[in-house]
Amino acid sequence: MTKNLLGAIAVTGAVLVPLAAKAQTEVQFWHAFTGRLGELVTAQVADFNASQSDFTVVETHKGNYSETLNAGIAAFRAGEQPHVLMVYEVGTATMMAAGGAIKPVYEVMAESGADFDPEAYIGAVKGYYTTTEGDMLSLPFNSSTPVLWVNRDAMAAAGVDPDTDLTTWEQVEDVLGQLQAGGEDCPLVTAWQSWIHLENFSAYHNVEFATKDNGFAGLDTELKLNGPAQVAHLSKMGEWAADGKFIYTGRRNEGGANFRAGECALFTESSAGYAGISSEAEFDFEVRPLPYWSAVASQPQNTIIGGASLWVLSGHDSDEYKGVGEFLSFLSSTDVQAAWHQNTGYLPITSAAGDATRASGFYDENPGTDIAVIQMTANQPTANSKGLRLGSFDQIRGIIDEELEAIWSGDKTAQAAMDSAKERGDALLRRFEAANR
Amino acid sequence: MEKRVTFRGWLLPLLLIAPQVIISAVFFFYPAAQAVWQSLFIPDPFGLSARFVGLGNFEFLLSDKFYRASFVTTAIFSVLVTLCSMIPALFLAVNADRLIKSSGAYRTLLIWPYAVAPAVAGVLWLFMFNTRVGVVSWYLGQLGYDWNHVLNGGEAMGLVVFASAWGRISYNFLFFFAALQAIPKSVIEAAAIDGARFWRRFFTVVLPLLSPITFFLLVVNIVYAFFETFGVIHTITAGGPQQATTILVYKIFADGFVGQDLGSSAAQSVILLVLVGLLTVVQFKYIEKRVHY
Repeated sequence: MTKNLLGAIAVTGAVLVPLAAKAQTEVQFWHAFTGRLGELVTAQVADFNASQSDFTVVETHKGNYSETLNAGIAAFRAGEQPHVLMVYEVGTATMMAAGGAIKPVYEVMAESGADFDPEAYIGAVKGYYTTTEGDMLSLPFNSSTPVLWVNRDAMAAAGVDPDTDLTTWEQVEDVLGQLQAGGEDCPLVTAWQSWIHLENFSAYHNVEFATKDNGFAGLDTELKLNGPAQVAHLSKMGEWAADGKFIYTGRRNEGGANFRAGECALFTESSAGYAGISSEAEFDFEVRPLPYWSAVASQPQNTIIGGASLWVLSGHDSDEYKGVGEFLSFLSSTDVQAAWHQNTGYLPITSAAGDATRASGFYDENPGTDIAVIQMTANQPTANSKGLRLGSFDQIRGIIDEELEAIWSGDKTAQAAMDSAKERGDALLRRFEAANR
Repeated sequence: MEKRVTFRGWLLPLLLIAPQVIISAVFFFYPAAQAVWQSLFIPDPFGLSARFVGLGNFEFLLSDKFYRASFVTTAIFSVLVTLCSMIPALFLAVNADRLIKSSGAYRTLLIWPYAVAPAVAGVLWLFMFNTRVGVVSWYLGQLGYDWNHVLNGGEAMGLVVFASAWGRISYNFLFFFAALQAIPKSVIEAAAIDGARFWRRFFTVVLPLLSPITFFLLVVNIVYAFFETFGVIHTITAGGPQQATTILVYKIFADGFVGQDLGSSAAQSVILLVLVGLLTVVQFKYIEKRVHY
């Protein structure tokens, strides 16, 4: 019986193998997008599959960012990993440290012979996913950066000129006072507090967030988020929270609901908030660059990105990697990128896509959509504004959130809270260093 | 006098307990042993390498004052969840038991919340108490109370306790109600003839007779509060504000499945396992003595 069964399997296998060899090579792509973004990804994949006949990309939704990363890791442990995995920016250090599990994008591109020019990518976007030697490890996919959203109607209702200059936090502070005096009970609200008010704040003012070039130059990095610039900013925010000028709504983007409902005047949020705000807001809104403290920096450096990149996992055949290379090259092409940028509010990943969007007149028709691009590309990134590469960063953000809540509730001073965040975060960094030595 | 059955030979008794032993081995002993083994390493997330650290993970955890503080948070949370799910359940069961008419309808309605999954219950409560659109927080605002569980740790704790206890009331109600129906009417009638009023009968006759089921529910509810409530915490507070609602099991989930720190997560689950084991032993050793079967 067993012999027969084995024989049957062997026969079936012999019949199937030639068929499989004739079929197109499949490339598995796991991502974290649903809704409108999910549809757009599906369309991109369908376009790629239609554009050539050698490869078929199969896209699969695997849950939110951390669920997708978990699914990828679990699959790798079981030897069933996809070729391409979407990983959020917070997981970058985890992926980089997993040397044997990944195949760097620059290698994939070189081996596949697909079109690939690292110089075509926007520096501030590319920098996040590139080694200090300049090798691109993962392909930037969706990237956004924080901006200031203004509810012009709410400004006017509180008797503040909607065109008031909001370039610096000094000016914003005055306006918050005027808004409150004018009866506005939610002058300022924020999303992603650690990302905007610490990580981006540090890059924007060109001060260290962590030593060793924010972790790019080594695992033996230490947090520097308790520096005088950050503490001064958070102290101000703490004062505003105590006075009711800054309303805290939660650790993620809960504040978006308040802003879109027209309840808040100013909102610091990702540029990718565009899709939601433009479709829901029933008031006159506007995008402004993220404010900076003129007392700290005479002019702002550049902001850094959030979002996700595509990582290629190891353990597949070389002809499959050829398909991966073709697919990644297709995603970076100017038309695909320009359409993605215009549809989603995410940043274009190549300069050419940005130029094409400008040439098409999109920025003129949708004022403010180019502010994020300008803000990121105005200056050449420095060691402090290239991005962050810290291990266990998801947990460190959790710690930062906890300590920020202590400031907003008045339980701790900004200095005490950030000293504590540094101490707790550094313990995790040392642990990550030990695990990946 | 107890009656004991004796088997001749070993085969039949072994066969009879085999299913239970196999299930325990596959679903409990094997994973528990794996957790103990993993807790001695710091592995990388992809399972490519693991560094042996001995008790290093435990040392790292126990030297962290925030981790130690979460023991206190867990104790407060578990006691509150157990009380808030058992006392109302007993109260409702006693009242449903007194009803002559339509007790079936009440019973069915009271069991409904048990069918709601913890994460869904979490979302329901989150919406009711949402600081912006919540119905309850709006009424509290009308009364002059500014509800803000996003920054107020006490309110956040209250909210997750109620959300966790709510569905559990039904479960406890079911057991209390069944136990009440099993109390012989003659005992209660005898007490009534002796002149004991309802609540006096309740405390002197009914409650002692309910002690076995109360003890069972105490053990089960504490285990529930320790292990099964992370869905509620995850949806409502994610452990915040600060660390006001970070209980041990939530930290295991967050460190292991979000933070990818499997060594620490395994060590935490071993600590939790030992803790709940000890707690159950204590309950059986000291509290069970006061239970009358």
